[in-house]
Amino acid sequence: MKTLNEMKLTFPAHSANEAFSRSAVSSFVAQLDPRIDELSDIKTAVSEAVTNCIVHAYRDRDGTIEITARILEGGELWIKIRDKGCGIENIEKAMEPMYTTAPDEDRAGLGFAVMESFMDRLAVRSKVGVGTTITMRKKIEGR
Amino acid sequence: MAVRTETDGKSVIAYISGEIDHHSAAAIRKVIDSEIEKNAANLLTLDFSDVTFMDSSGIGLVMGRYRLIKGYNGKVIVQNPPAAIKRVMRLSGIDKIATLKG
Repeated sequence: MKTLNEMKLTFPAHSANEAFSRSAVSSFVAQLDPRIDELSDIKTAVSEAVTNCIVHAYRDRDGTIEITARILEGGELWIKIRDKGCGIENIEKAMEPMYTTAPDEDRAGLGFAVMESFMDRLAVRSKVGVGTTITMRKKIEGR
Repeated sequence: MAVRTETDGKSVIAYISGEIDHHSAAAIRKVIDSEIEKNAANLLTLDFSDVTFMDSSGIGLVMGRYRLIKGYNGKVIVQNPPAAIKRVMRLSGIDKIATLKG
């Protein structure tokens, strides 16, 4: 599908950037005139993906997170969030609701479940030692 | 501070405001836990009226406080979550460990 607009964002995996990154994507999507609930879904999904990079991919070390967002013909949002962190050994297991490797840190294990349920499509590609790339799509109905 | 607490005997109410994510949850957790421990509280009410955004870190926050207060034979009430936050809560099945009000 034809890309009408695109933005790229690169930032260090610091937890202070969780709020920044979801706000930046939300500002980019604003041109599609989304409803409040659509915007809230997107912000939540981006926040989950970025938090995964910080908490899991780059656990105890620095790293860079890269977000690419596109507006596709027909009013669809496409987002790619990529890290060069530790990678996921078993994607199927990681995507199980309530599964987490960090229960002591109050992680609920719901990141992927939220992304899946709040966006139309979610794809996860990962290689141990190389990193993880997730792509999400959502059709914006607008107001 | 993104959280204000009121304590009456063994009952703690925490009024959370602003955005709850992995970054902000750490400070909120610290305040609530110290209040529970100081009073050996057995009832924690988390008020979400003024929460403007929450991802699953908010669910982790409720789960963690539930685990702590269970040690005092206590329980958790979650009250007044705005619509968007209710959606995350519904997805998580948090009602199995906390009473939802409002």
